[in-house]
Amino acid sequence: MAQVKNRLNPFFENITFDREDNEMILNFGPQHPSAHGQLRLMLHLQQEMIVKAHPDVGYLHRGMEKMAENMIYNEFMPTTDRMDYIASSSNNYGFALAVEKLVGLEVPRRAQVIRMMLLEINRLMSHLFWLATTALDIGAMTVFLFAFREREYLMDIIEGYCGARLTHSAIRIGGVPLDIQDSFIAQLKDFLDKLPQNIKDYEDLLDTNRIWLMRMEEVGTISKEMALSWGCTGPMLRASGVAWDIRKEEPYELYDEVEFNVPWSDKGDNFARYRVYMEEMRESAKILYQTITMYQKCVKDGQTELMAHAPKYVSAPKLDIMTQNYSLMQHFVLVTQGMRPPVGEVYVATESPKGELGFFINSQGGPYPYRLKLRAPSFWHTGILTDLLPGHYIPDVVSIIGTTNIVFGEVDR
Amino acid sequence: MRAYTPKDDVQKRAYYTDRYYVSPQVPKSPVESDEVFNADLEAIKAKFEVLDAYIQVEQMVVFIKPEDNYKVLELMRDELEYTQLSELSAIDFLAQRGGFEIFYQMLSMNKRKRIRVKMFIENGASVNSVEKLFRSADWSEREMFDMFGIEANGHPFMKRILMPYDWQGFPLLKTYPLQGDEFAAWYEVDKIFGKEARDVIGPELRDTAKVDRYDSERFARLGHEVPKGTKITGNEPKNEQNYQEDGGVFLIKKFDKKDSVVIDDPQR
Repeated sequence: MAQVKNRLNPFFENITFDREDNEMILNFGPQHPSAHGQLRLMLHLQQEMIVKAHPDVGYLHRGMEKMAENMIYNEFMPTTDRMDYIASSSNNYGFALAVEKLVGLEVPRRAQVIRMMLLEINRLMSHLFWLATTALDIGAMTVFLFAFREREYLMDIIEGYCGARLTHSAIRIGGVPLDIQDSFIAQLKDFLDKLPQNIKDYEDLLDTNRIWLMRMEEVGTISKEMALSWGCTGPMLRASGVAWDIRKEEPYELYDEVEFNVPWSDKGDNFARYRVYMEEMRESAKILYQTITMYQKCVKDGQTELMAHAPKYVSAPKLDIMTQNYSLMQHFVLVTQGMRPPVGEVYVATESPKGELGFFINSQGGPYPYRLKLRAPSFWHTGILTDLLPGHYIPDVVSIIGTTNIVFGEVDR
Repeated sequence: MRAYTPKDDVQKRAYYTDRYYVSPQVPKSPVESDEVFNADLEAIKAKFEVLDAYIQVEQMVVFIKPEDNYKVLELMRDELEYTQLSELSAIDFLAQRGGFEIFYQMLSMNKRKRIRVKMFIENGASVNSVEKLFRSADWSEREMFDMFGIEANGHPFMKRILMPYDWQGFPLLKTYPLQGDEFAAWYEVDKIFGKEARDVIGPELRDTAKVDRYDSERFARLGHEVPKGTKITGNEPKNEQNYQEDGGVFLIKKFDKKDSVVIDDPQR
């Protein structure tokens, strides 16, 4: 192919000249290192103060909803990994739960416990990642290294379970594909025993750090009304004075059997969000300890089932497929044609590390979803920047984007 | 004769459906079975016309007239404590009914209940924006416009959000193919190089799984690589790849065809 002269001439969109007033338009991103992905912000500035902000998204748009309409249900599972790729099991789970509610599947208890373990490990991974990157944006390199080290341990555990570190696809519609490996619990316990000290280390570095406090306190304050109106969920909402956690209020899986608190704050600023994240890590550790006990009880009670028994929707266990003709036939149909859920609609919300992750599925009885809407929390946490940034200064933009914890795989889908 | 493909829905469809197969339904229960929902429905019914209402998978679904949407959501927010609009989008029913179904997913944190407010609009009709009630609708309505072309009246900034501003066509319509249409194939070529470069560059390939064995320019010949630009007409150059290092890798035994045994007897 011959070289063709392109039309991408340089132009100076960062600065607008020839204006009467003193307003400057600053183009932030889409390749800014602290934008946590492909975020473009057009900031109208008076001196260093932002008077108008216009977030522009879509640089990572892959059309997942369109893809979903052209895939059988099980085929879509790996695609959900690519939404919030920091905690991909929580996306897998949200989708699996939506389909399970649609067709009415009962997931075996042992699978439920494993799912909860995976979800909480993912929450820890996501929060550690959040802490690391936000601290790095503010300039705290040490915290970045510490938090990434801990996250690495968790990724090793997950890797031992499903072979993947980021895109897990570790949850199936109807259960989980595998039992946890032998070393899982020992590794997890090892990690959890050290975690309180680790969290204390981070806090020692940050809680009384002058720079951290200056960048965090009284910056990016979101009022309760604003958070509700903008559809904020998760830590963004809880830091603004609404103690709403879907795990607690609309419990799914076995979250009604475990004890944990919902940390919240009524300050609404960056620091409040930071505190909520730190406390949530402690609560996740608490839940994980309890799931270990629950898992051991499942083993003792001899519950070995990992997938729901529903021949119309879920393939039989591998042993049956390999030995029984009818199971093999069913498996063949489910893999080549896909399951056909009943005609109807479902909206299922789960508490992902970022907030309310919702899956809306409209099924017309075919093997492909007729419409699938992904409700990703980060979408509105990016939108709120429109109202949140005006009145702040340029350096605050970085810390505010940091604490909103947005992931662009999820914003653009 | 060419197989008939319907033009109003070009999405993937099941290649085989048993002619006697009847899809089951997700069970619906009457609204009276839940006290909270029943009270909410009565409050809505008192002021507005409700076309249909039922409970499906723990959530109430209420069908209203499209002109009432702003007022109904206002009533729900101010009097019924549905303080959050979680989600808003449309479903394309152009082929079946000539319009769209629009849903508003509402959440009440005090009651721990979710209601889905739905309405049907004709093709080409627009809806009232609810952005004044819920700021979250700002971006949702833009996304709905971006994906389906449904405009929201009274929205402050009705522009595309995920697709480029100068995009043509609405990607989530059932008439829009998964791989993109003619416009999509030429969009970046035209934009970056200009229309005159179309002949040189060719349309954008959006089928990621496509493998062209005659294409020695791009990475289309994985495992059968040839030098860049090799003309492959008629007989392909034999180019067997040998990936293993000399001397072998630790623990991995080199597979040697000569030493291997082919078992002829399947009953062995």
